[in-house]
Amino acid sequence: MKTELIGSKSGAGASCAPPLLELAGVTKSFATTVANDDISLSIAPGEIHAILGENGAGKSTLMKMIYGVLAPDSGRIRWQGEDVLMRNPAQARSLGIGMVFQHFSLFETLTVAENISLSTSQSAAKLSPRIAEIGNRFGLPVDPSAMVHSLSVGQRQRAEIIRCLLQQPKLIIMDEPTSVLPPSGIPPLFDTIRKLAEDGCAVLFISHKLEEIRALCHRATIMRAGKVVAAVDVATQTNRSLAELMIGREIPQPSRTPAKPGKRPALEIRALTHEPEDPFGTRLEGIDLVLHPGEIVGIAGVSGNGQKELAAILSGETSLSRAERDRVRINGESCGDLGPGQRRKLGLSFVPEERNGRGAVPEMTLVQNALLTAHPLGMVQKGLIARRDARAFTEHCISAMNVRCSGAAAEARSLSGGNLQKFIVGREIRLQPKILIASQPTWGVDIGAAAAIRQELIRLRDSGVAILVISDELEELFEVADRLQVLFRGRLSPSVDRADANSSLVGEYMTGGFLQQRIDSEAVAA
Amino acid sequence: MDWLAFLLSGTVLAATPLLIAALGELIAEKSGVLNLSVEGMMALGAAIGFIVVAESGSHWLAILAGGLASAGLAAIFAFVVLVTLGNQVATGIAVGILGVGLAGLIGKPYESMTVPPMARVPLPLLSDIPIIGPGLFNQPLLVYLAPLLAAALWWMFKHSKVGLVIRAVGESPESAHAVGYDVVGIRFLAVVTGGLFAGIAGAFISVASTTLWSDGMIAGRGWIVVALVVFAMWRVERVVIGAYLFGAATIAELLVQSAGIAAPSQLLTSIPYIATIIAIALLSMDGKRIRLNAPVSLGRVYNGAQ
Repeated sequence: MKTELIGSKSGAGASCAPPLLELAGVTKSFATTVANDDISLSIAPGEIHAILGENGAGKSTLMKMIYGVLAPDSGRIRWQGEDVLMRNPAQARSLGIGMVFQHFSLFETLTVAENISLSTSQSAAKLSPRIAEIGNRFGLPVDPSAMVHSLSVGQRQRAEIIRCLLQQPKLIIMDEPTSVLPPSGIPPLFDTIRKLAEDGCAVLFISHKLEEIRALCHRATIMRAGKVVAAVDVATQTNRSLAELMIGREIPQPSRTPAKPGKRPALEIRALTHEPEDPFGTRLEGIDLVLHPGEIVGIAGVSGNGQKELAAILSGETSLSRAERDRVRINGESCGDLGPGQRRKLGLSFVPEERNGRGAVPEMTLVQNALLTAHPLGMVQKGLIARRDARAFTEHCISAMNVRCSGAAAEARSLSGGNLQKFIVGREIRLQPKILIASQPTWGVDIGAAAAIRQELIRLRDSGVAILVISDELEELFEVADRLQVLFRGRLSPSVDRADANSSLVGEYMTGGFLQQRIDSEAVAA
Repeated sequence: MDWLAFLLSGTVLAATPLLIAALGELIAEKSGVLNLSVEGMMALGAAIGFIVVAESGSHWLAILAGGLASAGLAAIFAFVVLVTLGNQVATGIAVGILGVGLAGLIGKPYESMTVPPMARVPLPLLSDIPIIGPGLFNQPLLVYLAPLLAAALWWMFKHSKVGLVIRAVGESPESAHAVGYDVVGIRFLAVVTGGLFAGIAGAFISVASTTLWSDGMIAGRGWIVVALVVFAMWRVERVVIGAYLFGAATIAELLVQSAGIAAPSQLLTSIPYIATIIAIALLSMDGKRIRLNAPVSLGRVYNGAQ
């Protein structure tokens, strides 16, 4: 197979090599939507090719078809010049296509080597030295005998990449690989990807982050609403031109004025240490957090560092013992032992990370979902539901947030993730809370709608609401937050003011830099 | 000290079917399928086994036939929950009732009949040890095979690829599918194997330990098996310990009587069931350990690559 040799130059030479993978007119539709419409695409060996598009543009569907998880309705997929009919992932792998998933397909209760042995014919014991060898060669250090649940997200990703590499793929698909990494984890990943490309392996890099694509990729195929809108040479593009191709218009920027926080804290956590119920959860240690009316505090950090546990303690889903009730206060009132319902009565509202199951009940209509948290707004009279009020409230949420759905009677699960999120945020905002806690408020929401949600948060802040935003996306926090704190392994960093926040400082905090500072300052004090 | 040998013997005879059936249920649950029809599968295995012995006289043929019959019943269950995506709990209970009913129906002509018990195989040397020898080492062959089967399964889950794949499917069927495994096929085989074991266990009861057919002779042992797997936290070594403990509890009635304590017999026969409830309640208080050991997808409907 001479294709492997040609790829060694990568980049510039890639375009004259025969394509490794070619898609022509590929279409896939689901019940009501066309997820991929007449997609064409070609990738040469050794090429790093970006698939750029907003959430919901159809990137994932396309990748699933290339990897054999889904079958296209029509169109052709050609691999090394021959038509193939991809039936399942095993077949894709045998052809030499590997995939690194965004939500990892690793098994938590097994070791790294056991996980990898599941996709090869070798035993875990025999694989361990090869895992170490590949790890060395491509800059992917990971302990083969470690249990997956004990690994950080970055380590898991490395394990997943090694699993891919062991099968000596000719094409690796990476689904938003940087979205789970701290800023410091991104350059090593890029080095690994470049080494792979130099070895002749083609990489399909899926992302919606323009900087990354410009730093790494040779070419980009840009998707919008299920269609390919352009295939470009990345070198000829600017961030702005890529963004406009991706969204089809200019990105709106939220406007803001300086915060005028109130004096008395709306929400406080004092010296909280909490052991999680979940054995795979994160232990929170010495958490101190103060939130004032009229300010937005952002909690940054790579997910899995205690965000879930902290959010549950704030919402009341995890309630503390009576002895510890003073550790959480709402408007000065101790409430650590109160449940979510009682905290909502104190003026707290909450947008959880998972839309289906926690933010909304998938099987219930939007009206019913609205009632779940908005019933105190006069929607229940003498124990009976005031249907007209509930419906009016729901319709108001739908129109104000521009939620795309078939109406107030639509089931929550019929909405796309982003649209459901807009509905949930709208509902919680309309409860006129004193405190709003929003976990990943714009995750999976398209750029325009995300900007609208952020603008809404800022407007709410200006009306005197205390807001806590927990998010993986640093850009989002830089945009909305007045102050930032970083969670790392269950510890909270010191607060950084908006003016002092930059990605290098916060990035350092995200890998635990503040812990060292704390030790240093204690040493000075002693 | 004959009664001590008698108690030991009674314990292993009672524990063997519990152990075999629990190992089968363990395989199914490790793959993520909760099969609550164990009671029915054991009853059907017992009935078929009894009939085969009564008609042919061959105990091994009976064990085999009982196992195959229950494997067939398990295949019905597996089809409903894996292919037509039925709810596992409801389907399990329904198929269980079907099994018990079928057993009663086909066993009707044999009601109150007895068959000669399965041959005992004294182990050389070991069976000559006083008390322990006649108690533990002069038993039907299956009594010795059951712990060996447990050891084999322990090795399988710990060291073999097959065991790894079953665990993986039980933890995350979505990921297993993404890695390229046939989740439905693997679960189907696991459930049918579980049924085979339950049938063998049921047949063992009717042809080796009780040897008298009466409708409802399994008497809740299938439910004890289901509880036993939870009690064991889905670990083979604890299934073994649990099975012998429950085996001892089922003959506690005899133990109490031999100690000369007067108590109503209804109370005494309910000891194993009460013990089950207490054991489950105590263990379930430690939610953390259950979450570490339980197959994550247990009982959840998996609908393929949707």
